[in-house]
Amino acid sequence: MTTQERAPTPRTAASGTLHVRRAGASGTLVGAAGLVVLVVFAFMPVIVSEADTTLLVNFFVLLTMAVMWNLLAGYAGMVSIGQQAFVGLGGYGVLVLAMNGFDPVAAIPVAAVVAALIAVPVSVLLFRLGGGYFAIATWVVADTAQIVVSSITSLGGGTGHPVPGLSSMSPHTFAETTYWAALAVVSVSLGIAYGLLRSPLGLLMAAVRDDEVSARSAGARVMTTRRIVYVVAALGCGAAGAILAVSQLQVQPSSIFSVQWAAEMIFVSMIGGMGTLEGPILGTVLFFVLQQNLAQDGAWYLIIFGAVAVLVAIWTPRGLWGAIRQRTGIELFPVGYRLHGGARGLVTQAQLLDGGSAAGSNGPGSRAGAVWRRLRS
Amino acid sequence: MEWANAIVQGIVTGGFYALFACGLSLMFGVMGIINLAHGDLAIIAAYVAIALVPSTHLPMVWAFVVVVPIFALGGYLLQRTLLQTSLDRSPFTTLLVTFGLSVIIENVLLEVFSANGQSITIGTLITKSFSVNTTITISYLSVIVLAVAIVVLGGIQLFLSRTPTGRQIRAVADDREAAQLVGANYRHVFGIAAAIAFATVALAGLSYGMLTEFVPTSGVTTLLFAFESVVIGGIGNVWGTLVGGVILGVAQQIGAQINPAYQILAGNLVFLAVLAVRPRGLFGVRTA
Repeated sequence: MTTQERAPTPRTAASGTLHVRRAGASGTLVGAAGLVVLVVFAFMPVIVSEADTTLLVNFFVLLTMAVMWNLLAGYAGMVSIGQQAFVGLGGYGVLVLAMNGFDPVAAIPVAAVVAALIAVPVSVLLFRLGGGYFAIATWVVADTAQIVVSSITSLGGGTGHPVPGLSSMSPHTFAETTYWAALAVVSVSLGIAYGLLRSPLGLLMAAVRDDEVSARSAGARVMTTRRIVYVVAALGCGAAGAILAVSQLQVQPSSIFSVQWAAEMIFVSMIGGMGTLEGPILGTVLFFVLQQNLAQDGAWYLIIFGAVAVLVAIWTPRGLWGAIRQRTGIELFPVGYRLHGGARGLVTQAQLLDGGSAAGSNGPGSRAGAVWRRLRS
Repeated sequence: MEWANAIVQGIVTGGFYALFACGLSLMFGVMGIINLAHGDLAIIAAYVAIALVPSTHLPMVWAFVVVVPIFALGGYLLQRTLLQTSLDRSPFTTLLVTFGLSVIIENVLLEVFSANGQSITIGTLITKSFSVNTTITISYLSVIVLAVAIVVLGGIQLFLSRTPTGRQIRAVADDREAAQLVGANYRHVFGIAAAIAFATVALAGLSYGMLTEFVPTSGVTTLLFAFESVVIGGIGNVWGTLVGGVILGVAQQIGAQINPAYQILAGNLVFLAVLAVRPRGLFGVRTA
């Protein structure tokens, strides 16, 4: 991966030649740093206590969900409040496989793939509705999935069922295994999101999010793009649910299909910063700090976090990371593009995506045109 | 005959769903806002009634006189502040903000009122019913709610089509810029539309509290029913929503007749079937 990837030059009204370059640090550097972080986290069970690894498992689960929701809403412009459908299906996937003699840990990726496969026909129905109606329809789907699963008596009905095949492990091995499984899931999720955003599809996603009509007119296959993102998000949420089933040793419909998952993944992304990869990470850290400090006060941590999320959505829609990036220009993950040259010199990613107004061009055509030319090159 | 009873009960329930849905439709039709906190706001109305009325020793009917105007005023204020600010950002932001509100309201209600079921008691009316024949018995209350729903839906339609304010609302909904050019203050007009929507939310919430027991999470369930009624009937069609509500209510009652656990499932399946076969709904005039 080279440091500066050049894209074809977008034509603008006001200034001369502009170059679109990959923003932020080089891909190689980020890859190496990511590997170091991964190795450090992999040794955590040796360093910290079992209680802390359990906490980290929950952290990884929420982070996975937040990364996936951020792909949906922050990049593909789809507000889903029903991702808990796939969390639940992933959890129940592990249960069904384990009941049929599979190793529950080995069942995690299989359950995630099953959740993703179910997302394909579901997306056909949901994509018939736009915007807010899409949002509520995802909720209906999650509700339906929960009712259907609760009515299957062999899976324990409404009271749920313990996951078999885990009791043979010693408590220590169990804690380590779940930790590494959760670490694997969150690493793969971040890797997929990062890879997706750096691919031409990532550019298409940004184009669709910013202006569906002009992206469509520039030849973007909006539906296909959205469907791929939706299925990937189901895969990730399914994996998160599968981890939950293993780490909690049981699945129960009302908890694994709970809308609380949706609330947490949404708030975390909103506060951290939608449309950035760094945002969900920052948001999840803040969420766990607050939850650890207010855990004894019932649901107040969620109420406070929700209130902060609402305020952030109104005052700085790109979240805390968006605000940090605007001040400092720091980008940990090089997924965006920057405009170099012309009258204004450096233009931030946000401005580029928000209509390229700083470069003197505006309205349909400019951004989508750049997307189109880049894809054809 | 049990099936006939299920259908009759479904029809009266459908009226309630339509009452619930009309505020949702109004806010979407005029402002383009999908209020995800719609159901939770209605449940607030029910909780306000049970918190207020016993302390004032007034008959429960006064809840309507007090709560509905409070909600109308609250709707105007919320629209002029939080909702308008987020709408200025984007419709996307309003979704996130109203979802945040929904979660906040639900959890605050849980902390304050606990998860125990409550209901609004209105003396003897709640228990009285009349019999059509040996198997079909209809409670007066559910018929009253159905009648209120029809009056409210008709009233809103008349208001929108016949009064100067209604014409302003329609003008702003059709073309905000053009309406502004001829002197309409769209923010104020949005506020009025929100006030009407919130008044119907309060009516729906109070009716819900009388018809059945409610808990802080009831809001979400009812939001889904209201939404399903809107989509089944066709987005943008007021009387379609009433028909959609009736279809949903009948489907749920028939589902419950097969197995009580299938009540909500049957409604959801009918909704998904309509989405698959007729995405614009039965009487849809435009897509979302």
